[in-house]
Amino acid sequence: MKHIKTLTNATLKNSAAKGGCGECQTSCQSACKTSCTVANQECENK
Amino acid sequence: MIHKFVLDDVKIVLDVNSGAVHVVDEIVYNLLDEYKYKTQEELVKLFSGRYDEQAILEAMEEIGTLESEGLLFTEDSYANHPAFINRKPVVKALCLHIAHDCNIRCKYCFASQGDFKGDRSLMSSEVGKKALDFLIENSGARRNLEIDFFGGEPMMNFETVKEIVKYGRSRELETNKRFRFTLTTNGVLLDDEAMEYINENMENVVLSIDGRKEVNDKMRYTVNGNGTYDIIVPKLLKMAEMRNGKSYYVRGTFTSDNLDFSSDVLHLADLGFKNTSVEPVVADDGMPYAIKEQDLEIIAREYETLAREYIKRHKAGNGFNFFHFMIDLSQGPCVIKRLSGCGAGSEYVAITPEGDIYPCHQFVGNDEFLIGNVLKNEFKTDLQTSFGDAHVYNKEKCNKCWAKFYCSGGCHANAYNFHKDINIPYDIGCEMEKKRIECSLFIQAKLLEEAE
Repeated sequence: MKHIKTLTNATLKNSAAKGGCGECQTSCQSACKTSCTVANQECENK
Repeated sequence: MIHKFVLDDVKIVLDVNSGAVHVVDEIVYNLLDEYKYKTQEELVKLFSGRYDEQAILEAMEEIGTLESEGLLFTEDSYANHPAFINRKPVVKALCLHIAHDCNIRCKYCFASQGDFKGDRSLMSSEVGKKALDFLIENSGARRNLEIDFFGGEPMMNFETVKEIVKYGRSRELETNKRFRFTLTTNGVLLDDEAMEYINENMENVVLSIDGRKEVNDKMRYTVNGNGTYDIIVPKLLKMAEMRNGKSYYVRGTFTSDNLDFSSDVLHLADLGFKNTSVEPVVADDGMPYAIKEQDLEIIAREYETLAREYIKRHKAGNGFNFFHFMIDLSQGPCVIKRLSGCGAGSEYVAITPEGDIYPCHQFVGNDEFLIGNVLKNEFKTDLQTSFGDAHVYNKEKCNKCWAKFYCSGGCHANAYNFHKDINIPYDIGCEMEKKRIECSLFIQAKLLEEAE
């Protein structure tokens, strides 16, 4: 495409297909403890 | 729903519901505002004074292609997803308050200088073991279980930490569970022996330091009033080096006293720390160091400054990780996790030295949120359910927000502290989080541009 460069595709939509296993880290346990960012957690079921 | 923003020379469009991220030119950026509301003829007419007609038509075609491929203007289809509707209330993580006592005195401490407004006390190994039993019993089919040794200062009760780790390991095989231990420490009591133990047994270690010496020492000082910087820096560096690829974070807090906090993050990077998290203080409005609405503009510029330096250092080969900029666009958490956030009160609870259960460390000491006790084998599942239901679709403000799949509704404790309602997010926190997400996407775009 000439006007648009896509950095990433429909990753959220695709993640729903096998999502919800719950084996991933609890976000608050990592390093934040207050300012809740969930999107930087890792998936355990890649 | 889409969200678009400009930072420096980059125009970014996020398709909120699909997760697709696009870098676009000026024509597309401007067309997107009107694209859904006007016909092709109307759009050409509207923009023909500014852009070439052929370019407008090309840009519209590209927008149309992405829309048809489900990468622009997609609808939210997750609310009725079976994995979301049928999620079971299981507990998978504990914050163990090993010590309600602390060997330093931080001015901004939410735990009232370590005692959580109660008596100074240490957790017994009996309570710790019961807490692990409670976790195993309430974790359903989940295999990976997390324990964070927290305080106060957990190293003031380090022998109990070791006993609990030993007990956890002894139960892994028979229960088919895997414990992942984390320790959060101010570093004062770290010695070679303790560091070796931590390195061997902890999946992650969180080391508290605020940044520059004057900033750290103003907030974090010993009982004698002396700053902690000189005591902890050599120890934290040694601990970080020992990790050798294993997870660690240096974790600081910024307040309205150091709104130039990017200098603190960079100072930590300059000291040699590769994994950093420096976060806004959570404090009552009345406190002199609290972050106020009028600080937001400065904070936004500060995150931008940090993002630019972050990119520069990554390109130069001396990059570091800043926790809130580490959004993995291709392999982050699934959308089901993103709907329900940190899991406090439902998947994650805090246990006090007395065995009392609270939704998380931030609620400890508030009787309204006492959920149960591991010694008495009590656990109020109604509170667990109400915290589990505090997801983005039940929060009016989040429903309309483009950032909902990145912050996942924000911190329940912040929401409660400011609005007395876990379903109404803390506004200042939201604004800062949105800025951090924009900076993260900007970083990704710039680093990708470099790679090409």
